[in-house]
Amino acid sequence: MAAFPAKAPTLQKTGALKYVKRYWTLYLLLLLPIAYFALFRYFPMQYIQLAFKKYMIMIDGVKVNVWQMPWVDPWFDHFKTAFANKDFWNALKNTLILNGLDLVVGFPAPILLALLLNELTFKKFKRVTQTIAYMPHFLSWVIIYGLALQLFAPSTGLVNDLIRALGGGGIDFLNNKTWWVFTYVILGVWQSIGWNTIIYLAAITGISPELYEAAAVDGAGRFRKMWHVTLPGIRPTIVVLLIMQIGRIVGGDFDRPFAMTNKLVTDVSTVIPIFTYNYGILANKYGLATAVGLFQSVVCVIFLLASNKLAEKFGERGIW
Amino acid sequence: MIKSKASKIGDIVVVFICVLIIIVCLLPLLNILARSLSSVGALMRKEVILWPVEINVDAYAAVLKDSRYTWSLLWTAMLTVACTGLSLFMTVICAYPLTYDHLKGRKIFNTLIILTMYFSAGTIPYYMTYKALGMIDSPWVLIIPNCLSVFNMIIMRSFLYGIPESLRESAELDGAGPIRVLWSIYLPLSTSVLATLALFYAVGRWNGYSDSLIYMSGNRNYYPIQHLLYQLLKTTTSVELDPGTPPGMAESARMATVMFATIPILLVYPWLQKYFIAGVTLGAVKG
Repeated sequence: MAAFPAKAPTLQKTGALKYVKRYWTLYLLLLLPIAYFALFRYFPMQYIQLAFKKYMIMIDGVKVNVWQMPWVDPWFDHFKTAFANKDFWNALKNTLILNGLDLVVGFPAPILLALLLNELTFKKFKRVTQTIAYMPHFLSWVIIYGLALQLFAPSTGLVNDLIRALGGGGIDFLNNKTWWVFTYVILGVWQSIGWNTIIYLAAITGISPELYEAAAVDGAGRFRKMWHVTLPGIRPTIVVLLIMQIGRIVGGDFDRPFAMTNKLVTDVSTVIPIFTYNYGILANKYGLATAVGLFQSVVCVIFLLASNKLAEKFGERGIW
Repeated sequence: MIKSKASKIGDIVVVFICVLIIIVCLLPLLNILARSLSSVGALMRKEVILWPVEINVDAYAAVLKDSRYTWSLLWTAMLTVACTGLSLFMTVICAYPLTYDHLKGRKIFNTLIILTMYFSAGTIPYYMTYKALGMIDSPWVLIIPNCLSVFNMIIMRSFLYGIPESLRESAELDGAGPIRVLWSIYLPLSTSVLATLALFYAVGRWNGYSDSLIYMSGNRNYYPIQHLLYQLLKTTTSVELDPGTPPGMAESARMATVMFATIPILLVYPWLQKYFIAGVTLGAVKG
């Protein structure tokens, strides 16, 4: 390794020897993690080539690896196929719509809840409320879907019983396309609202009590303190989390939409990761699926970098 | 300080909203629990909301009689324990060396790790990798490929950074090597963060189904409970019931399975609340 500082040659040798003698065990510890990242995070990247290649198992009776497979002509052929596929555009649209709604509805929700919890003066009650509000985060999407199936059932579910009691009609929350989107977003808020308050509550703890005292002296009430002290105090946290969520707007969760979907709502529920699964894993169109996955990853990184730049422009710290 | 009347009303409103939130969070689970414990007749008559009516555990007994489910619950429990142990080990041996500021190559390694957080190869490349490694349809695919989370590693590293360096230096003066320092100084001080990460890893494994669905669908014997539950909810298949059980029992059995898959986590997480709050906050400090 030529990574050692080039000082006086004699000194360097003894220094290097001493260094290795002292720290070789650290490299030993890192051996497994390095192997892990190499094998399971970087080795897979060679298969990104499939986005530009014709997938083959054998050529002329000889097994081939991904490097030996022939390039498609033109090189963007799989992308051309993807962009001509209306399922792809539909998946992209659904990804943007569902993530966009999550952003609009799901992002402010925990901020409001954190502000509310902060107003609770009874410590014990606050703790119990928090514990219970964190609970949905620990449920899997399959379980949440199982709960939803019962709760939102058109004729037997509790929610529809309630709606009928209030004079409404039965709503098929999970099988009607529009209502499915609604339910998807609401369940998302339900699952994450409590958990996401943790960071905001921690940020609120960091606000100096003197600011509140000063505001109280100036005659500020509950809402003015919230508006002029608490919110500005957690502004950097809000901005960083907002950047991260905007950066993920073309990203995608697989577990949540896939657990909640069914045959009647695939038009609105098939997001890009599900598209990749359907075309790649189920239909073995590896080239097309890899191309779409690559498209998503690249757009994701661009969005993340762009939103980070934007935040820096507005004078916030950004995520790096 | 004497509270004004407006402030008192405000407090009442806040408590009221919080009670509403508690109800919204708990109601779905309580409803399913009550239904799974009620008789089929009571369900048909719509008598069940929060409390079970004509209590019985037939649905639970039916699930426990079906060996697919008992085995899957046991297997998932073993899997979760094994994965959590392995993941904690990997997380510690990755995070600890990276806290040595003078370690050569640390910067490059850090960058390479962080990069994987933002750019992933994608489902098909992972599928091809597992295929090349002979892991498709093997239970190892549930254990190895995600045994180290970068996010959790960063939490661990931030925590270790917080331990005063003077402790390490004085131990080194006494002749202790890095591993000795890790074992007898750093780890004993890290129990809280280890508990948090164990919870994160365990919940992730217990709740995961997509890796089994995508990479192991051909090996039914090793489906984790969530994957089995997914199939149960999505298809008409049900717990195998004795002939002659009343209609509607299939539905109760589904709910009982949901409860089986839920309860283990609900029993654990409240005890670790103090720790995971600290863990999440630590993770947010530097992503």
